Parts: sequence; structure tokens; C-alpha cells
Amino acid sequence: MTELAAPARTAAGAPALGTGIEGSPVGDRIYRVSIAAFAMAVPLLLAAIAIAVFAAAWPAFRTFGPGFLTSSRWDAVEGAFGAAPAIYGTLVSSFLALLLATPLAIGVAIFLSEFAPGWLRQPVAFLVDLLAAIPSVVYGLWGIFVLVPLLRTHVMPFLANTLGLGRTPLFSGPAYGPSMLAAGVVLAIMVLPYISAVAREVLLAVPRSQREAALALGATHWEMIWGAVLPYARSGIVGGVILGLGRALGETMAVTMVIGNRHEIAASLFAPGYTMASLIANEFSEATGDLHLSALMAVGATLFAITLVVNAIARWLVWSVSREGAP
Amino acid sequence: MTVPPPSAALHAPVPSPTRQPQRPSGRQRAFAERTVRKIRRRRAANVAMVGLTYLAAALATVPLVLILAHLLTKGASSVGLDFFTQMPKPVGDAGGGMANAIVGTLIVISIAAAFGLPVGIGAGLYLAERRGTPLATTVRFLSDVLNGLPSIVIGIFAWEFLVRPVRHFSALAGGIALGAMMIPLVTRATEEMVRTVPTSLREAALALGYPQWRTSLTVVLRTALPGIVTGALVALARVAGETAPLLFTAFGNQFWSTALDEPVAALPLQIFTYAISPYDEWHAQAWAGALVLLAIVLVISLVARFATRARYGGGGD
Repeated sequence: MTELAAPARTAAGAPALGTGIEGSPVGDRIYRVSIAAFAMAVPLLLAAIAIAVFAAAWPAFRTFGPGFLTSSRWDAVEGAFGAAPAIYGTLVSSFLALLLATPLAIGVAIFLSEFAPGWLRQPVAFLVDLLAAIPSVVYGLWGIFVLVPLLRTHVMPFLANTLGLGRTPLFSGPAYGPSMLAAGVVLAIMVLPYISAVAREVLLAVPRSQREAALALGATHWEMIWGAVLPYARSGIVGGVILGLGRALGETMAVTMVIGNRHEIAASLFAPGYTMASLIANEFSEATGDLHLSALMAVGATLFAITLVVNAIARWLVWSVSREGAP
Repeated sequence: MTVPPPSAALHAPVPSPTRQPQRPSGRQRAFAERTVRKIRRRRAANVAMVGLTYLAAALATVPLVLILAHLLTKGASSVGLDFFTQMPKPVGDAGGGMANAIVGTLIVISIAAAFGLPVGIGAGLYLAERRGTPLATTVRFLSDVLNGLPSIVIGIFAWEFLVRPVRHFSALAGGIALGAMMIPLVTRATEEMVRTVPTSLREAALALGYPQWRTSLTVVLRTALPGIVTGALVALARVAGETAPLLFTAFGNQFWSTALDEPVAALPLQIFTYAISPYDEWHAQAWAGALVLLAIVLVISLVARFATRARYGGGGD
């Protein structure tokens, strides 16, 4: 490593005093090599995860080819596996979650960064952040015993009959309870704190001058936010939403407990479904053979690839904003 | 011809109109009315939208309140001394506890901390001290990527390397999986905290003849320690509630087990098993377990919060 030969530098980039003249070059070398080794552990770990997941998935990919992603047959007895319902369920439940959570999260972020009176700001921010601290399995438990019955007895009949949406395919069919809708609602609650935290941070990074200029032109508070603040923060907020999407795609336990776990692509949100993560969690312990196990791992590999791309995009968006937005 | 400066123009006396003030024409009145209506509409929109953000804030706190209320009403009655000291009872018997699961969770998160903390702190030190190098930029990005990976994928990783070859589930594999999840969190916290240490402190130590490694470990790291402890606790709190990776690794155990190479019970796993079971007694235990788990997580988080506050509140070292 060439850096080791270069004169030691402090964090600020100024040449470090002492080292190289006396001090302990051997100790420094050991220190630098060891922290570099720890740093290298992160890429290595990520590579090991990728290798493990794809190695475990390989038999299934080899057997089924690309058809694995498009087939919707999942029959452990006959050894036919296709992940399409799980992929569909993952995308629909995550999309539904974002649809519900994004306006709410942005609303909370705007409230906290612009309007909240001082005494209310801390407590509300704390309560919303606390949502992120609740373990997934606790959401699942609450989902099974509180949310699902509530949806079945009140929300689903309300949507289908009172609002008359029952004739549209999206809200048709019997209201069992465990359903795509339940998964979407639980996920929405779970990703809300993530989106709102990023949005709040980005909104706070919008320069004051931007707001003052809009107000000076005679804008109302809302016009200032809509016309001057939100456009400035837009790509950062989008990054936060995509970060939330990454969370929603990979969420396992809470979804497994409320989605109903059925291999089927149903148009209705009232019908039970499956997500990739819940499929793995639910069938792992009862996998009947090596091919079944490998098919589950192939679902995991697909999930890995999707979240990798989603997260990379989100990071890039958030970073580009925070770099430009820095004063 | 000289143009007067704008300020002078503003204060110059307005040339008095020779015309008499007139009643506004119909067109002028219509225009004025339109303007007034427009302003009213804008004001109404403002009030409505600002009100909506208040509503959003109120709505966002509802789920938390509901969850806490249900946990307390359904779980509190089953949490007693027995819950912490007794083993699970077989189906059909009420009561019993989750002593094995609580101990199992402690074992698994201890292994996670033993694996995740040194790696995370080391990597964080590297990122803070050698920032700008290509490796640092790459590691920072990849650690964010690792942070975003679904926990179940990390479970598959531990299963493939630590469970499959030896053909049995183990507490060790569970701990490694959770430790891997801690690494990006600890790395980020360490980096941020080490960066806040003033350069002058570092320079003072170096000027006194300390070699760099001693400066970093005994001066910089020590100064940043409270913040790093906070980050470590936050990471611990997060993985303590994780269930998905443990399904493939620690697996769960109805009996007492503290061996590292055997399947071990864990609180989140036990809650999951009980919650999806058809038995009412087990549901009650699941609520109690969830209450205890949430209490553990919240206590760790609050301790972390106070550790930070003590640091910035000027309590001294």
C-alpha cells in the first residue's frame, strides 16, 4: 500500500507532527494496517453474502432458468418452482406502503421543519422516530390481533360497500383479513419513520435565503413550501422514499404474519398473497428437498439483487443532495 | 442627463395628479374583486395545507400510541416474576415464562456485539482518519449498501457458511448474522464521532511525541467514546429485535440451552412461534414477550440517548 510510505497526515490533512521523526513507525504501521483490514472487512462481508446467496440459489437457477422469475407455479411435491407471485406480492405491497406512507411522511417532515411550535417539535419527532425502534415481530403480532380484525370488520366493508369500490377489481372479493392490504398498511407504518427522517433532514438543509426570497415576493407559507422549498429538496426526498422502498421490499416478519401466505397473483388487495421475504421465512423450516430449499434461496438472491439496486439509487440521490445542499 | 439614485426617486415628492379622484370604473372594480378573491383563495389554500401537515403529524403518532396501548393492555397481565424465571409451559397450560428465550437473546446479542463492535469501530476509524482515499469512499458506500440489505438475506449468508456445513443450527451462527447487521451502523457512528474530535487535540498529542497509533487509540478514540457507545447501543437495540435471520441460524429451542453450537431460543423467535399458533395461552405469552422485548429495546435506546446527552450536556468525562 502506497499510503503507508507517505508521511502521516492528520484528519485535517496537515502533516502529522512527530511520526516519522521519532515515535514508533512500527506501531503506526501495525495500526494502519489493522484499521485498513477492518475497513476491508466490509466489502469482504458483502462479497461473502453475495457468494453465499448465489451459491445456495444456483441449483434452482440452473434447473429453471429465467423462467423461475416468470412462472407462477409453486409446487413442492412436483418440484416446480416459480417466483412470480412472490415478486408480484413484494412489489405491490411495497408500492402500496409507499403510497400510504409518503404523503404522511412528507407532511410530518414539513410540519416538523416549518410549522411545529418549539415545544411540540421534539416530542413529535421522538414519537415518530420511535416507530423505527419497534421490532418487526411486534408489528406482526399487533397486525395479527389488532390490525387485521380491524381491516376485516371495518375498513374493508367501508371501502367495498360504503365507498362503492367493491365493483373495481382492486377491492373486490371476500374480506378474509390477512391480505395484501394488511401487509401494505403494516409496511406503511414501518417505513414512515425512515422516509420522514430523511425528508426532515433534507428540508432542514434548504437554505434560509430560499424561504425568505419566496416570502419576500409575497408568497403564503404554503406557496413558499410548494414553490421554493420542496423543489429544492425534491431529489433528497425521492432518495428517502426509495430508501423506504428498500426497507419495505426486505421486510420479513411483520409481512409474513399478516399477508396470508398464498401462492397466487390476485388482482384484489383483499386477497392473501406472498412476498419474497415472507415466502423464504414461511417455507424454510418445512422445505421438503434440496431443490425446494434452493428455490427459496433463489428467491433470496432475487431479493438481494433488487434491494441492492434500489439502495444504490437511493444513496446516490441522497448524497447528491447533501453535497449540493451543504452551505 | 443624470438619473437620480433609486432611493432618491422613492423619496421624491410624487407629482400631484391634476385629475380629480374618480369613482373606479366597472372594469377596475371587477379587477379589484378578482384580486381580493384570489388572495382569499390563496389564504384558504394556505390554511388548508398547513392544517393538513398538522393532521399528518397527528396521524403519524396514532399507530405508535395504539401499539403501545395494546401491548400494555394485553401483555402486562402475563408479565410477572414467573415470566423471567420459568420455562415455557406445554400447550394447554396457562402461565409459564420465557426464561430460556431471554437468556438466549442475551447470548446471541453478546456474540453479535463481540463480532460487530471491533470490526465496526475499526472500519469507522479508518473512514474518519483516511477519508478521501478510494478505499474509504468505497467502504463508506458499501457499508450503506450493507445497511440496506434485508435481514433475511444476511440470515441466508450465515446459514450457508455456518449452519449448512455442520448440519445443525447454532447460537453462534445467529450471533454472526446479527453482528454483520451491526457493522454498518457502528461504522457510521464511529466515523461521525471521530470526525467531531477537534484536530487541535490530535495535534497536541502528536506534538507531545505520541506516535500516531497511540494518539488515535488513547486520545481520539477515547474522546469520541461516549458517542461510539451511543452508536453501539442503538445498533444493539436494533438487532435485539431481529427475527428473520434467526429463523435460519439460532432456530429456537423449547428447552434450556446455553451452548454456542446448539440451537438456542430467542425472544423474537418465541414471540413469532406463539403468535402464529392457534392457542390462546400462547397468544397471551406472545403479548407478554412482545412487551418485554419492546421494553428491552426501548431501555437500550433511552440509555443511548442519555449517553449522548451527558456528553453534550457538559457533564465532563
